[in-house]
Amino acid sequence: MKSVQELKKTANQLRIDVVEMLAEAGSGHPGGSLSSAEIVTALYFDVMKHKPENPNWEGRDYFIMSKGHSVPVQYAAMARSGYFPVEELMTLRKLNSRLQGHPSRANLPGIETSTGSLGQGLSVAVGISLGLKLDKKQNRIYCLMGDGEQDEGQIWEAAMAAAHFKLDNLCGIVDANGLQIDGFTKDVMNIEPLAKKYDSFGWNVLEIKGNNMEEVLTAFEKAKTAKEKPTVIIAHTIKGKGVSFMENKAGWHGRAPTKEEAKIAVAELEKNG
Amino acid sequence: MAELVNMGVSEKKATRDGFGNGVLELFEKNSNVVAVSADLSESTKLNLLSEKFSNRLFEVGVAEANMVGIASGLSIAGKIPFASTFCVFCPGRCYDQLRVTVGYGNLNVKLGSTHGGITVGADGASHQGLEDIALMRVLPNFTVLVPCDAVEAKKATIASAKIKGPVYLRFGRDKVPVITSEETHFEIGKALVFKEGSDVAIIACGIMVYEALAAAKKLQSEGIDAAVINLHTIKPIDEQLIIKFAKKTGAIVTAEEHQLHGGMGSAVLEVLGQEFPVPVKMVGIKDVFGESGSPAELMKKYGLTSEDIVKAVKEVLELKK
Repeated sequence: MKSVQELKKTANQLRIDVVEMLAEAGSGHPGGSLSSAEIVTALYFDVMKHKPENPNWEGRDYFIMSKGHSVPVQYAAMARSGYFPVEELMTLRKLNSRLQGHPSRANLPGIETSTGSLGQGLSVAVGISLGLKLDKKQNRIYCLMGDGEQDEGQIWEAAMAAAHFKLDNLCGIVDANGLQIDGFTKDVMNIEPLAKKYDSFGWNVLEIKGNNMEEVLTAFEKAKTAKEKPTVIIAHTIKGKGVSFMENKAGWHGRAPTKEEAKIAVAELEKNG
Repeated sequence: MAELVNMGVSEKKATRDGFGNGVLELFEKNSNVVAVSADLSESTKLNLLSEKFSNRLFEVGVAEANMVGIASGLSIAGKIPFASTFCVFCPGRCYDQLRVTVGYGNLNVKLGSTHGGITVGADGASHQGLEDIALMRVLPNFTVLVPCDAVEAKKATIASAKIKGPVYLRFGRDKVPVITSEETHFEIGKALVFKEGSDVAIIACGIMVYEALAAAKKLQSEGIDAAVINLHTIKPIDEQLIIKFAKKTGAIVTAEEHQLHGGMGSAVLEVLGQEFPVPVKMVGIKDVFGESGSPAELMKKYGLTSEDIVKAVKEVLELKK
């Protein structure tokens, strides 16, 4: 088990990986990968039970990247935890790669479900949760969503169902970085008060600073203690976190850094890591 | 040739009943089979499960996209889920979910789509699914089944659980003649020859198979020898049998309770056009929405009766000359 300090270092390493992968690919979405690095690190290196050498291990906890465009940070976590060689990260988005631009279950073992069209992951998480409960299994399910993704109606269909079925093995995480493609979430489509919404839908709601590793770890521990209710962690984060010229800029949702920009970004991450 | 019974039509049953009975039998035999319903379990016949198997029947309310997602998750957890609602809602309301989550993910999800076709009747066009075959057959990984009667519907349902991967099954609302028996062969991907013939081959699916048989009978009395093929599997399509009959008869008529564009007939044309072009006439819905009415009235008004098939056969025989 890694110490909190080590987990922070790992999160920083994943950020460096993301920047380098996207620069190599020449396209992709840095903002949401960088904002969710602590969440994904905590899950892959501390919270989740999983066996990288056996991705379909029956005892595993399930992770669903519902906001599929942030899959680079998941790939980085998978590589760094041993699912596949780190060098393979540089094949992201290239022809014949297993690392598709958005998660593909058929391509890469360890990807539980294909996403890329927003709003679908939480329903799938509900289904997995129901299946596991039917078999009286203790595995947990984690589903990472975006805050822009909360605009999708299907999220709320799933939110209703998760509470209805009392799915306390399910933990949703909203990477609330406040930005979506067309601008600030509050301007594009105001989803606030998000915590109240989930609360009124019957969820256990935790609100944290999502780039603070201690808070992230504490929240995941709390989520495990919820009874007869699904938990959502609303993680307030900074889009583009760690790379000062990307932070809080909608423009960095879906544009890759050039090789030169990547060098500057990596230097900053290494200095502060 | 497949063994046929009941051309005297003693019994009528809806294909959705065959679906319900098929799922029930699967539930009894395999505890891994589950079902997801979107507030229509009485209509889709999933209610047959509620008495004995309520723990494995998940009701998700009027939320079709969520239904498909939940079925997907259940399959990821190792279950064999049947999700069922009306044809207009699935695929109609959840095409993106079927494409990205189910199809692209190649998940072991079975979709029982009931109330396909114009014979939905009085509910009108909003409820008459006439484009689902086209939508579903263009999604990679999907198998697409359109059984011809309640007996075949049950077999198709059971067969769908035995193959890995996503399956779309289309059923109807209205009671239609039972033309096959327990003994009639059923295998996914293998079309059935219900009547041999040498002048023309009528290729049909769903309830149009009965109409095709009725048409062939009328044609026989006029000295035209028509073969009738039950193309219950639209995908993967039985190319071999289609080509064989194109070669044998030199003229094809297709018949489906579906839009002409992109449906079963189009799938047949894709085979013929590339492998063995022969004259073809198509019977189906001609790029219009339906309306309220009784099934029989609608079949007549929208050109889906055995008379319409007879007419198409005569036209195609003119082209063959």
